[in-house]
Parts: sequence; C-alpha cells; structure tokens
Amino acid sequence: MLSKSQARTFFLGGTVVTFLIFIGLTIYSMAPSNDQSNHQNITEQVIKGKHIWETNNCMGCHAILGEGGYYAPELTKVIDRKGAPMVKAILQSPIPWAPNGRKMVAYEMNDEDAEAMVEYLKWIGEIDLNGFERIVSPLAKDKIKD
Amino acid sequence: MRDSTPIIGAGYDHCKQKNKHMKYKSQQVAYWFFALCMLLFALQIVYGFIMGFARIGMDGLHDWIPFNTARAVHTNLLVVWLLTGFMGAAYYIIPEEAQRELVSVKLAYVQLISLAVVGVAAITGYHFNIWEGRKFLEIPRELDYLVVINVLLFLGIILATLFKGKRQTTTALVMTMGLVFAALLYLPGMIWFDSQVTDSFFRWWVVHLWVEGVWELIMGGILAFLLIKLTGVDREVIEKWLYVIVGLTFLSGILGTGHHYYYIGVNKIWLIVGGVFSALEPLAFLAMALFAVYMYRKGEKNHPNKIALFWTIGAAIVSFIGAGLLGFAHTLPQTNLYTHGTLVTAMHGHYAFWGAYVMIVLAIISYAMPNITGRKRHDKTNGHLAFWLSNIGMLGMVVALGVAGVVQVYLERRLSMDFMVAQEEVKIHFVVMLLCATMFATGIGIYIYEFIKYGRPTDEALTKNEEAVLVS
Repeated sequence: MLSKSQARTFFLGGTVVTFLIFIGLTIYSMAPSNDQSNHQNITEQVIKGKHIWETNNCMGCHAILGEGGYYAPELTKVIDRKGAPMVKAILQSPIPWAPNGRKMVAYEMNDEDAEAMVEYLKWIGEIDLNGFERIVSPLAKDKIKD
Repeated sequence: MRDSTPIIGAGYDHCKQKNKHMKYKSQQVAYWFFALCMLLFALQIVYGFIMGFARIGMDGLHDWIPFNTARAVHTNLLVVWLLTGFMGAAYYIIPEEAQRELVSVKLAYVQLISLAVVGVAAITGYHFNIWEGRKFLEIPRELDYLVVINVLLFLGIILATLFKGKRQTTTALVMTMGLVFAALLYLPGMIWFDSQVTDSFFRWWVVHLWVEGVWELIMGGILAFLLIKLTGVDREVIEKWLYVIVGLTFLSGILGTGHHYYYIGVNKIWLIVGGVFSALEPLAFLAMALFAVYMYRKGEKNHPNKIALFWTIGAAIVSFIGAGLLGFAHTLPQTNLYTHGTLVTAMHGHYAFWGAYVMIVLAIISYAMPNITGRKRHDKTNGHLAFWLSNIGMLGMVVALGVAGVVQVYLERRLSMDFMVAQEEVKIHFVVMLLCATMFATGIGIYIYEFIKYGRPTDEALTKNEEAVLVS
C-alpha cells in the first residue's frame, strides 16, 4: 500500500518533471524557427492596433484567435470577410453599429487609429492557426490558400 | 441582525464538541473576508443578469454598461471574490493547523481593506474604459502592482504564522503552496508583449495554471481540512490521498495547458501534448470526488453541520462533472477545432468554476460560520434550500448554455451561417438560462440571508471552546 512519503514523492517528482518539460516546450515553441505568426511582420502600426484593441477591451465582446466574449463576431478573418474599408467605417461610425439589433460601442476612431486597427487585424488574419483559420470563418475559407 | 439562536455548546456534550468551535481569536478575521465574498458574489450575479438580458436583446443599459464592461466586471468579480474566499479560508485554517494565533490581526485587516479598495477601483475603472482588455486579466497594470503588494502582505502573514506554529501539517503546506504559486503565476500576466500570439500564450500561464493547477492545491487543502473536521477520518489517511490528488493535478494540468495552444498560432506540438495531458485532467477530479465520497462513507456521520458536508461533498462531485467531464467533452484537438471560441467554452467554464471553487468556498464558509459566531444555524431548512436551489439553477444554466453552444457550432461552423444570424437562433436558450439563473440567484440570496442572520463574530464561541477543551 502506498505510504504518505511515497505519495509526497509522487507529487513533488511529477510536478518537477512535468514543469521542466513544459518550460522546454515553451522555449521550443517560441524559437524563431518555429514561428507561425509572421512575427517579422509586426510593425509599429500593428503594435498600436493591439494597444487600441486592449485599451478598449474589444475582447470583452468579440473573439480573436478563438478567445474572447462570444457576444460579437470572431475577428480573426474579419478583413477577408468584410474588407478593410468596411472595418474602418464601423470603427469610425458615430452611431453604434448594430447588426441584428445587437449594439457595438460607437468608438468614433480617427483615421490613424482605425488604420492601425486594420493593420493589426490584417496581421492576425495571416497567422497559421493549425487549421482553425478554415473553421473560424467559413465565409472566408474560399479566400484561404491551400 | 443577530437572532436568538442558542450558542453552540449550550446543552451539548463539551467533550465531543471540542473540534466544533473556533480555537483561536484571530480566526475571526476570516469572517470579514467571507462578508466581502458575499457582497462581491451578489454583485457578480447582478452583472451576469445584465449580460443575459443583453443576449436576448434587452440591452437598455448599453450606454452605461455595455456588454464588454458587464463581462469584465462579471468575470473579475468572480476571480476577486474567490481569491478573497481563499484568503479567508487560509486565515481560518492556518491558525488551527499551526496551533497558534495569526502573527498579526491588524495587518490582516489592512490587507483586507486594501484588497477591497483595489477591487473596487478596478471595477469602477471598467465603467470608464480603464482596463487592459485581456480576458480575465483586465485589471490595469498600475493596479497590478498594488495587487502584488497586497498578496505579498497576505503571504507574509500566512507563512510567518505557519512557520512560527507548533506544527506544519500537510493540509496547511499544500494550501499554502497553492497560494504562493498562485501569487508567482500572476507575474507572467503583467508582461507586455507586442505579439497577440505571445501575449495569449503567457496569459494562459496565469489563467490555466491558476484554475487547472495551483487553485486545485488550494481547493485540495480546504477539502482535506473540511473532511478531517467533518468526517473524523484519520488525518494521515486523508493527507496521503491529498498528495496523490494534487500530484495527479500537476501531472496532467501543467502540460494540459497545451489545450489552449492548439489554435492560437503556436507550434503543432501542442496538439499532441495538450491533447494527451488534458485528456488526463479529469483523473485528478475523479480522484478528488472518489476520495471525498470514500472518506465520508468511512468516517463518522455525527457531525452536526450537515450543510457544510453537503457543500464539501458537492464540490468534489460537481467539480468532477464541470471541470473534469465537461472539460474533456471539448478538450481533444479534433473537437476543439469546432468548439474553440464558442458558447461551449462558456458552458464548461460556468460549471467548472461553480463546482471546483465556488462550492468549496461556500463549504468552508458554511463550516466556519457557526464556529466563528457561536450560533448554531447550520441545521436550518434555509441552508438546504440554498444548496438545492443554487445547484439545480446552475445545472439548468449550464444545460441551456451547452445546447446554445452545440447549436452555435453546428450553424456557424458546419453550415457557414453568419455569426449574428446564428446568435438569433440561439436566443431562446438564453431565455431558459435567465429563468434558471433566477432560481440560482434565489438560492444564493438565501445563502447570503443566512450569512447575515448568523451575525458577527463573538468571543463567546471562543470561550465555550476553551471550556470544552478544559472539560475534555
């Protein structure tokens, strides 16, 4: 029968071993040779777009890379789906955009901020998502290259 | 608020009751943490209703509380009140386990007040577009530093009490280890990354490794403490199995983080690692459920606080269903490809948090309140009513969310229907969810009413305990 000290060894040993493997896999994933996100394409505008995305808590309603609020559409492939001009128009609208009656906050962004958001969403749309890009936006899948 | 219910011990056999009272005066600090829990929990439910009504088109509060504000408040209040509950549990459990008073009651109150101030500041800020906009970690970085100071103060009090104590039990060590790791894991969430992918990757170090890792240590510690007290089973037996359970938790949970990395833009290796190890995650919860039920069956059945036992065993069983089974239902990469980013996740999230963490905090509060206040209200019908109404209500909410999630997946991701058109189709399930949420809120309302009726901590409970020890 298992003793208390054996149980403790199982706990401590298992924790240390799995944590070390986890750190190793993290380093492996973050290596530039394994990058799937086109990291080199992250421009100042993309960074600014991410900042605007966060400071307005867009994720509180929308989802991106499949993560978010599930209240408003997934935006990973939104540029493919709606086109950059429409996305800009929605971000700059002085009245709440309300498809099917569900309201979005009217952000009334200036041209510079709206452009940064578009660049950010374009970069997001080019990430290799291990096949999820085909599922997350079926309406855009015809535009996704094989 | 006080009623005329007799103090525990009046007419009781003191020898048998010596473990059923508060042993140390400083344990009273826990009461105020629990009171803050009740307040924040009630607010969390209010914001949940705002979200539910918005989903069925009744968003009259949109101009003041848009959905993203309601959501950030709803989820952050959950995190804050659960952490407050864990802290309260630690202030109650650690003195009893270490067999000494807390090293500083004043500092514990300072910590409580500063925690409440940071929490209120963050929640208020969300109404004025002041946040970080990262799911579950919306607190602005400036406030993050205050959170760190607050948690360091808390850990200082707990660790000093533990190591100055007469003994360091496994229960106390596991729980404290969970609290220390939870504090350390908060740090990766404070780093800024230019890349959304890297940001998301390390955000899960906080969120996943909290809820599917170190928080389970805290839950395990509280569960072990309650089982020792409520069943009377030998501490050595319970603590041995506690090690096995938390061992299984880390063995599966750490590499199980990979299930969040399938489709966010990182290497395919996580499809295999995450798939295999997250499929093992239910084992820890299954072990916890079997452990709790077995200890209950093996132990004495004469502890008077039956409602605390209901919440304790309930937490172990519901966490297995919510976190274990419902998590497993969409954790394999082949399934998650379709369910990632849908209401299926919300379904799992609600039942997992409810079973694993909310119920265990309500269990320790139910156990501690008669001991802290000296009032024997644990045999009231209201307690059982609160338990069943909230549990049935939550189950109904989870079923409604689950049906909405499956329909959403089918319409949107199989039939290529537009997001908003699919949302129209699932609206009816949110009406059902709101009805069930009303039942749930009634149950929690009764729980909070009972909490208030207990009244404030009293030294009489402590005095009676001293008498009890003397008599025994």
